[in-house]
Amino acid sequence: MGIIEAILLTVVTAATPLVLASLGELVSERAGVLNLGVEGMMVMGAVLAFAATQATGSPYIGILAGIACGALFSLLFGFLTLTLVANQVATGLALTILGLGVSGQIGEPYVGMSGVKLQPIVIPLLSDIPFIGPILFKQDLIFYLSIALVFGVNWFLFRSRAGLKIRAIGDNHASAHALGIHVIRTRYLAVMFGGACAGLAGAQLSLVYTPQWVENMSAGRGWIALALVVFASWRPWRLLAGGYLFGAVSISQLHAQALGLGIPSQFLSALPYAATVIVLILISHNRRMTLINTPACLGKPFVPDR
Amino acid sequence: MPAVGASAGGPLLAVRSLTKLFGSFAACNGIDLEIQPGEIHALLGENGAGKSTLVKMLFGVLAPTSGEIVWKGEAVRIPSPGAARRLGIGMVFQHFSLFEALTVAENIALSLSPGISLSKVADEASRLSHLYGLPLDPKAHVADLSVGERQRIEIVRALLQNPELIILDEPTSVLTPQEADRLFETLDKLKTEGRSVLYISHRLEEVQRICDRATVLRHGKVTGACDPRKETPASLARMMVGSDVASVSTAGTNTKGDVLLEARHLSVPARTPFAVALKNVCLKVRGGEVLAIAGVAGNGQGELFDALSGEYPAADASAVFIRNKPAGNLGITARRLMGAGFVPEERHGHAAVPSLPLSDNLVLARNQSDRRTFLGGGVLGIIKHAVVRLASRRISETMDVRKSGDDPAAGSLSGGNLQKYIVGRELDRQPSVLIVNQPTWGVDAGAASRIRQALVDLAKSGSAVLVISQDLDEIFEVATEIAVISEGRLSDAYPAHALTREKIGLLMGGMYGKTEGEEVAHAH
Repeated sequence: MGIIEAILLTVVTAATPLVLASLGELVSERAGVLNLGVEGMMVMGAVLAFAATQATGSPYIGILAGIACGALFSLLFGFLTLTLVANQVATGLALTILGLGVSGQIGEPYVGMSGVKLQPIVIPLLSDIPFIGPILFKQDLIFYLSIALVFGVNWFLFRSRAGLKIRAIGDNHASAHALGIHVIRTRYLAVMFGGACAGLAGAQLSLVYTPQWVENMSAGRGWIALALVVFASWRPWRLLAGGYLFGAVSISQLHAQALGLGIPSQFLSALPYAATVIVLILISHNRRMTLINTPACLGKPFVPDR
Repeated sequence: MPAVGASAGGPLLAVRSLTKLFGSFAACNGIDLEIQPGEIHALLGENGAGKSTLVKMLFGVLAPTSGEIVWKGEAVRIPSPGAARRLGIGMVFQHFSLFEALTVAENIALSLSPGISLSKVADEASRLSHLYGLPLDPKAHVADLSVGERQRIEIVRALLQNPELIILDEPTSVLTPQEADRLFETLDKLKTEGRSVLYISHRLEEVQRICDRATVLRHGKVTGACDPRKETPASLARMMVGSDVASVSTAGTNTKGDVLLEARHLSVPARTPFAVALKNVCLKVRGGEVLAIAGVAGNGQGELFDALSGEYPAADASAVFIRNKPAGNLGITARRLMGAGFVPEERHGHAAVPSLPLSDNLVLARNQSDRRTFLGGGVLGIIKHAVVRLASRRISETMDVRKSGDDPAAGSLSGGNLQKYIVGRELDRQPSVLIVNQPTWGVDAGAASRIRQALVDLAKSGSAVLVISQDLDEIFEVATEIAVISEGRLSDAYPAHALTREKIGLLMGGMYGKTEGEEVAHAH
């Protein structure tokens, strides 16, 4: 295996949680709900996935636990913001802080334990393709899921009726309600999909990326995922590209250190955030693209006047 | 209320003592209404009369507090818009029911039963739109369409359900007279097919022109049911308003003073994809004149107001002159200090902070122009509450602002009363230039008349007044000069008495050159 192949493999591993978490957030935001709790849902998914794997010995049960935990945790956000109409920004921030705290508590006994790594599923024939075979077709289940989900969400949002309804709700929830679309119910489902994806992203961290539990192991990836949604202007394909770009930037610090490049590690660990800022500046220049893709009702509470 | 001319077959829809309470406030109070098959039925009333609440109940958006809805002889409950559509009721909303980021076909597909593919929807929409003379491109994004085209989507969307009753909420309020004529043809075609139309409006002229029967609402109650063709506009207005509305007196506004407000080749690029660019706008307003700018919504009125008021200053100082001094690149406060006053379109959040009391809103608008009066303590700028309250009380008395308590929150006032206060706040300074955008939008007839009279009186006292309005009745009431804005271009100004509604309609459609040389008919 060449050095470039090895680097690309790590990029894939670093990008997968970003793609997953931001894809879930994209669906939630397309329905008009801004959930800033991605980081919290992700870290909760990570700790529960690790704990379930330790308890059962099966990382696949761990994956399911991560997904379920993210979805349930987002349900709390949904109840507060959709049913009780609490402020979405404040609630999202609270969810992140809560998630970081609770996961630390739950994860205490697991600190320092060595975990079970999710094993790759080798796809016959395709994995024999030189260079790209080992990178794309000797991966774990979560990677395949992330790619399938990008395809699926793109098809769902822009080709299916249910996806059309989600986009309609995000664009103008009052009209959607007037047309008889269940705004609150649909938003609950979108938020829970977002939570499930964040939980799956968390499971990837504690089962694939570094198969162990470390407190705060999401390490700001939830925030990068949020920025990534804007970066992608709420489009799944752009999100996939952006996820890999951000993944590459975030992993570059490790490789720079390994290769002995004289770049301070602090600078490299700050790079993803600097890249986010630059990308946000660049993207805000193209106002038409941003405005037409931005869900107009993003973050606005909806109360049916009954 | 007895039904007038009920046909033998029984009504398509009957409403019996329908009531909707919001808290203790009765938006609809014991409404009775009957709609026969194949008739165009007008629902007349002022803003706030309860028309919208009533139709929202008919369309399942709101649940009635009490009363009965009878559809084809059977009492029904309409819990959702979907249920209304299944019964055969279609609705064309006045505002905000389209999704701007979606295409025409996607917008239409949303209201159809599931299982129909998007391409099928597109085909059917094209077919129907041509059948009823409402051309539409199914693949276009709504954001790129004109208001008239957007309304066509709404109508086609309703027609795709094959409804027996179509409810139209103030459909012509956003249309040019020519577009309205096309709409009336479509309605006639629907009527000949045996469909019924419930036509909500406060425009007496068009109700008389196209409607077979009318039900009039005031303060949530039915005040009359009649054949509008047998009534006069005055008798309909009495049913609507309850008393004769004072007409605005424009006598003595002909004295022409110096040019106090001028725009010279004012061009502003569009700030957002949905904004309109101003193109080479030239206008002059003299002291004693009221220049009214007519136009269909979204043709650059907001942008023109922003440029004239300094909310978004132009790059070029000589684009706008206030009292012969260049002001194009100055901000709003600097222009106020030059003697200008401004009343923006949105009452809540733009002209006033709803959660703050009236006196605070007064200080917010005039803390620089009336610094010496309202603020003390030199650089500290301490608000002199007693003085401000006195001024606030003076404004309320002059403009007859009805409110609860001495200094309530701006948001607690009704639209008409808040608007009176906001206009009064500017008039109180006796500005030599006043620029007003949509002065009486959503305001009841009494308040509208009071505001219009105040604008005319200000001009009489020698100030230059510029009014941007979509309401042609208002324009003809107050204006000495009229210009028309269309796609960011402003027509020449014509003396008000030399313009007809038809001519304005043509100008609204952007047809400048084509009407030149044509004899200008007199309006009155």
